[in-house]
Amino acid sequence: MPALLKHEEFAGLGIGVDEREARLELRRQISRLEAELSSVFGEAFGHTEVPHQVEAIAAAPRVLDLGELEVIRDRLAERIGEARAALADRAVVETQNRELLREMLDAPAEFKWVRVSRADVGEPGCGAWHSRPLLGPIGMLMGWWQVKVSSGCPLARRLAAVEREVEASEATEPRSATETRCAGFHA
Amino acid sequence: MSGAAAQRMGWVPAPRQGWVAPHIASEFPGLGIAWVEVDAKPGKSPDPVRRRLRDLSNRTYGSQAIRLRERPIPWAYRVFYRQIGLDPDRTRTAVEQLMLDRLYDGGFRSKGLPADALDIAIVETGVALRAFDADRIVGSLCIRDSAPGEKLEGVESEMAQGTLTIADEMKPVGLLFGSTAEGYGVERGTRRIAIAAVQVKGVPQIAVEEALWMAAATLEAV
Repeated sequence: MPALLKHEEFAGLGIGVDEREARLELRRQISRLEAELSSVFGEAFGHTEVPHQVEAIAAAPRVLDLGELEVIRDRLAERIGEARAALADRAVVETQNRELLREMLDAPAEFKWVRVSRADVGEPGCGAWHSRPLLGPIGMLMGWWQVKVSSGCPLARRLAAVEREVEASEATEPRSATETRCAGFHA
Repeated sequence: MSGAAAQRMGWVPAPRQGWVAPHIASEFPGLGIAWVEVDAKPGKSPDPVRRRLRDLSNRTYGSQAIRLRERPIPWAYRVFYRQIGLDPDRTRTAVEQLMLDRLYDGGFRSKGLPADALDIAIVETGVALRAFDADRIVGSLCIRDSAPGEKLEGVESEMAQGTLTIADEMKPVGLLFGSTAEGYGVERGTRRIAIAAVQVKGVPQIAVEEALWMAAATLEAV
C-alpha cells in the first residue's frame, strides 16, 4: 500500500506529521549542544586541544531539512563527547604531573634536571619548577640539588604592532594647533 | 546613551524594520533585519575614529576572544550559522572574525569608512552589520530565499534554490552572511550608506538598535 506511506495520507489516519515542529526541536537541540561545546572549548583552551569543528552541511546558507539537522545535531554531540574525553585525559596527565612535582619538591636530587612547567600542572602563567644543582658544578659534585621556581611571565606592555601604528600615525599627521602651541610654550 | 534614546533626541534616523519571508520566519523565529540610511561617503577614517579603534584594541584580549563564543550574542549567531548549514569555525561570524583579526594583527586595523564604523559597532555590541549603497536599494530590505534561476549580480552561476539572501524589492543584494552583489556594496561613488543589522533569535532588539546607532553616529560625526 504505497499510498499509505505518503504524508498526505497520514492525515486521514489521524496521525499528524509536522516536520516543521521536528525541525524546530532539532534547532533547539543544536543551540543547547553549541552552548555546551563552546563551554568545553573555553574550559580546555590553554590546557589541551579539543576537537570542536563540525563541518558545514551547505555551501551557502539555506533552510536545512530534517535529515541535515539531525546530522549536525549528531556531529555536535559526537564532538562534545570527544572534547570531554580529551579533557579527561588531560586531567589525568596533570594529576600525574602534580604528583611528580610534589615528589620533586620533597627530594630534588632524585629528579635531576627535571622541569615541570605551570602548564604541565594545568595552571595559568609561564612559570616552571626546575630541579638544579646548588652552586653549579660544586653542587653537582656534592649532590646538593634544589628546585628553582622561575620568575614567571615577562611584564605586560602594549603590543608592538599597536606601537608601530601609533608611531606611523604621529609621523604622517601634522600636529594640531593646540599641541603645537603647548609644545612652543613648554619649550 | 542607548540607541533608542539617541533617536528620540533626533541624532540619527530611526531604524527601518525589514521583513522576513513568512515561511522563513516560521522556521527561524526571531530572525529579522533592520537598517538605517546615512548621508556619508566612503573614505579615510578621521583621527577620532582611528583613536577609538586603538582604544578598542587596548581593551581587547586573547582571553576575551576565546570566551567570546560563550557570550549570548556571539553564541546566538554561532547557533544560527549551524542551523543554516554553515560552520562558524570556517565561515566566521562578524564579531569572531574581527576578534581573530585583532589577535593576528595586534590591533584593529583601520580600513577606512564605513568599515571602521561597522567594526567599532560590531565589536562593542556583537551584532552582525552590513553596509550597502543606499541609492541602489529599491524599497525595503528583506530576508528571503532565492527563487529558481536567480543570480547574485556579478556572479556567473545561479544560486541554488532556497539560498538565504538579503534582498530589496527587486533582487538579492547579498547572501545572508555572505558576499554582496556587485554594485550594491559601498564604493567610491556612494553618497548614501545603508547599514543593515541581521537579527537572529537570542539577539535583543536593544542591541540591534545600539549597533545601528553606534555605526550611524560614527559615520554622521565625520
